[in-house]
Parts: sequence; C-alpha cells; structure tokens
Amino acid sequence: MPIEQLEKVAIDAATEDHEYLWTLNFGPQHPATHTTLRLILTLDGEKVVKAVPDIGYLHSGFEKLGEDLDFNQYVTIVDRMNYISPIANEVAWHHAVEKLLGIELTKRCKYIRTIMAELARISDHLLCIGAAALDLGAFTAFLYAFNQRELLYDIYETASGQRFHPSYTRVGGLLFDINDVFVEKLRAFLKNFPKAHADVCRLLNRNRIFIERTRDIGVLTREQAIDLGCTGPIARASGVVRDLRKDEPYLAYADFDFKVICARSGDCFARYLVRMDEMLESAKIVQQALENLPPGPVNVDADSKAVFPEQKSVYRSIESMIQHFELVMPNRQWASPVDEVYGANETANGELGFYVVGDGSGVAYRARTRPPSYIHFAVFPYLIVGHQISDVVAVLGSLNIIAAELDR
Amino acid sequence: MLMAFDTLTASLRERFGSDSFTTSEFRANRRVHVKPDRLVAFLKYFKDEAGFDMLAELTAVDYLRYPGAQNRFGVIYVLLNTASGERIYVKTSLNEAELTLPSAFPLWKSADWLEREVYDMYGIVFEGHPDLRRILLPEAFTSFPLRKDYPLRGKGERHNFPVITRAES
Repeated sequence: MPIEQLEKVAIDAATEDHEYLWTLNFGPQHPATHTTLRLILTLDGEKVVKAVPDIGYLHSGFEKLGEDLDFNQYVTIVDRMNYISPIANEVAWHHAVEKLLGIELTKRCKYIRTIMAELARISDHLLCIGAAALDLGAFTAFLYAFNQRELLYDIYETASGQRFHPSYTRVGGLLFDINDVFVEKLRAFLKNFPKAHADVCRLLNRNRIFIERTRDIGVLTREQAIDLGCTGPIARASGVVRDLRKDEPYLAYADFDFKVICARSGDCFARYLVRMDEMLESAKIVQQALENLPPGPVNVDADSKAVFPEQKSVYRSIESMIQHFELVMPNRQWASPVDEVYGANETANGELGFYVVGDGSGVAYRARTRPPSYIHFAVFPYLIVGHQISDVVAVLGSLNIIAAELDR
Repeated sequence: MLMAFDTLTASLRERFGSDSFTTSEFRANRRVHVKPDRLVAFLKYFKDEAGFDMLAELTAVDYLRYPGAQNRFGVIYVLLNTASGERIYVKTSLNEAELTLPSAFPLWKSADWLEREVYDMYGIVFEGHPDLRRILLPEAFTSFPLRKDYPLRGKGERHNFPVITRAES
C-alpha cells in the first residue's frame, strides 16, 4: 500500500475513539532491536498506528570526548560508533581530519584504506542481512553470513593486530603497512566469497516466507528519501542515484570500475537486494585494488611533521626524536588551521560525515559526527505506520540501526 | 554539472543584496554566512530555486574560547543538491539571550531530529519545530553538555540519577 493511503488509515484510526488503541513498549532490551533502541508503539489490534522512537540509552558523549582527545587518539572512540564496520569510521574520521590539515595521502595508503573500507562494507552488509533474515526466521543465512565475517575479522587482525576495533588509520597514513600474510588471506577470502554470497542468495532471494515478509513492507518513496535525508543503500533502494564514491570521489575510488546498485520499489526487499549486490561490487573493488596495489611508502613524508617517524630513526637521529616528541606532547602536535571543514565518506550505512573545527592545536575544537543511523532511525515512524506489529522487526532490520552510532 | 560558486554568489547578491550575507571557501567547502533573521529566506531560496533538495546535516558549534571568534554559537546547515551532487554550507551565528532560530522542519523533514539534537546539546531553541524535546539525554537533564563551559567529566548528574532496584520495579 502506498504511504499516503497508509497515513490516511492511521490518522482516521487515531482521531476516532481512542479506547480500542493500546500501547506496546518495544525494547530497549528486545532481542530484535539488536541493541538498545526503544519504540513506543500505538496499536490498533495488530496494526501499528503510531510509533515514537525513544533513543539515548547508549549515549556516552563521544562528541565531547572528541574535543578532548587528539586526532589520533579519537580514532579509538570512532571505532566504537558503528562497531559493525569500525574501520570505515576510522577512514571517514581521518578523511575529515586530513581534509582540515590539508594532507594528501600516498597512493599506497589510499589503496589500502579503500580495501579496508570496502571490506568493512561487506562485513556490515553481511551482518545486516544475516540479522534481518534471522529476525524473520531464516536462521541459516545468518550463520553463512557470520562465517564470512569471521574471515574478515581475521584479515583485520592480520593487518592491525586487533579483531574488533582495529584503530588502524593514523593522520597521514596507517598504523602498519600490510604484509604477505594479509594479501594471502585476502586472496583466499575473495576467492571463496562469491560462493558464500551465492549461498545466501539461494537461501533468501526466492524464499517465499522472506519475500512475503519484506516485499511492500516499509515503502520509502524517492521524494521521502530525499526529504528525510536518507543516504546509502536505503536511499538507493528508493531510486536516489547517489553514491559519494562516484559523486565526490575520495581515496582511490576514481581508479576502479564498479557499479552503483539502485532499486526503485523502496521496500525492505529492495533494501535487501541493494545490499546484497553492493557486496559483490565491493569485492570487485577490493580485487582491483589488491592486484594494482602501488609500491612505495604508506605514510606521508616524515618532513611534513604530520606522522611519526620510523622507530629506528627516532633512536638514531635528533631530528626524528624531536618530531616524535612534538607529536606526542599535548601542547605541540599538529598545527591545524583555524577553520572548519566537513568531510563525508560513503560507509555501508550511508553518508558518514565529520564536521571538524580546528583551533590551531592537535585536538579538534568540535568533532561533530553525522551518523547515518541517526538520520535513518528518524525515518522509522514513517515506514512502519499501517503495517503489522510483526513487520516492526522487518523494517528495523532493513534500516540497520546501530545504537552505538545512533546515540554516540 | 557544478554551478560555479561565483554564479551562485552573484544570483544571491541580486536576490538579497550584497550586505545581507558573506561568503567564504575553505578546502572546497563553500559557505554562505547569513544573519539569523534572514536564515529562512536563504534556506527557502536554496531549496526552491537553487535545487538543494536535501538537508544532509545540521549542527552547531560553541565558539566560547575560539581564537578570534565574535559570536558565541554557530549553526551550520549542510545542503545537498541530489541531482548535481554539490553542497553548500549555510552558516548563521547566535549569541546568548537570543538563542532562537526558526525551524527548518517545514522545508526538510530531516531537520526534525537534527534540530532536537542541537537543542539537546546546546540549548538553541528552534521556533516552529513540532516536537522540540531532548532526544539523547534524559528529560530531567538541566545543562547543555556540548557547550564549552560544561566540564568534560560532567557536573555529577550521573551519580545522582535515580536508581530503580529490582524490589521497587
């Protein structure tokens, strides 16, 4: 049913006698909310008449912390926003910071960051699809998806030493360069991933229960998607042809051949299909980046005073030691321009932007996050009205709300 | 096709007069600074005539101890043209005692939660917003924590939250 008609149904029900309406508290600790979200649903029998989201259960003042920690330290906090694809947040944060500082990365660093960001997209989409299917009763797809995610965690661990919160990027470069083991593991992953992807497709694409529970559920029209500020797969499933990787090419995306996956119908099933196909495109980008990985240093030149010099030279030369000291001491660090900048990346969930205000020091004066989950959760009441209570989990699953990013 | 910033500035000057706004550019972020009382007129112009159909981001900054700052608060609207992909940053300044702005909700529905967050964190009131309540913090919270005069470790609110024990619930 189109949204306009649904709204009419809902309003009629709400203006009449309220006696038969009942209120259901959904969350904050319901398993299908995945994290701490709360919804106050007004129901007419099983039909949702009104939904009021109540958020903030996981608010932990990340943006305030961003005004206290320096550009490199804050990456550990950024990790914990969308913890489903942490490395994409790191890339986005340092993208904004480097834009403020005016640092141009080395080509190798750009390629490695692109690989990491795309792996994060695959890992995010796998979880989103797996969990959405799990909520709708398709348990096997969830296990197949998680099997692949496990391999991705291994790859992150090989690169950074940490599975879940890699904290891999640094201003002007990366924590470590990648090694042969990483390349080997990534090649093995890329070889097996299409098969695993096809398995999940076979489990869900023609699964009658899955289709009936997602098709025509939570329809978001193109105009609504733009009006409500939707980005990423949610906007693309509604026919908004926008992808920052193409529209405002950053990192090395301009070098690669990939498609922007879009759909028209804007329902939960379309969002599922868009995510599914995006994973294959991401794998294609990773493959191209890996095979064309440029040689050379991974960090910008040490003379730029933006990166830590190599450990060996810190011990052997006074200049390097001074530079190391300057970057470590809280009253020295980077000399950011007294100006402000907005930098956005296309992460798995949509446009993840950072509004960074520099005041001449190495700590952001303001580190605002534009979290896609926050924008998308505001859309939820528009999508659910008029549908059944069992559709709440289908719509929530298709929006992929991550509460840690939502509340920050 | 990206509209050159000069062309946009020229059409703005023609429409609103050259003394009603200033522009600046930094790292390809093209900003238009306007006075709070002209804000809605500018936003309407950008939406209806210049094609900026999406409000991608709305945020505020407290410039209390910022080097060279003249106004206490800045509110930034990041507008996006989904057809051409260009962005424009509309910025307005506010000072204490007059912390109200007209709401952008009638223009873009995405302003709903974004304005609520700015109100929650900075105490800037958006007039005409349909439901301006705190969003991330509890209703009973009295301060605005992202203001620069609010301490990093809080003012002890956390220790004074009422705790419901299992026996009472």
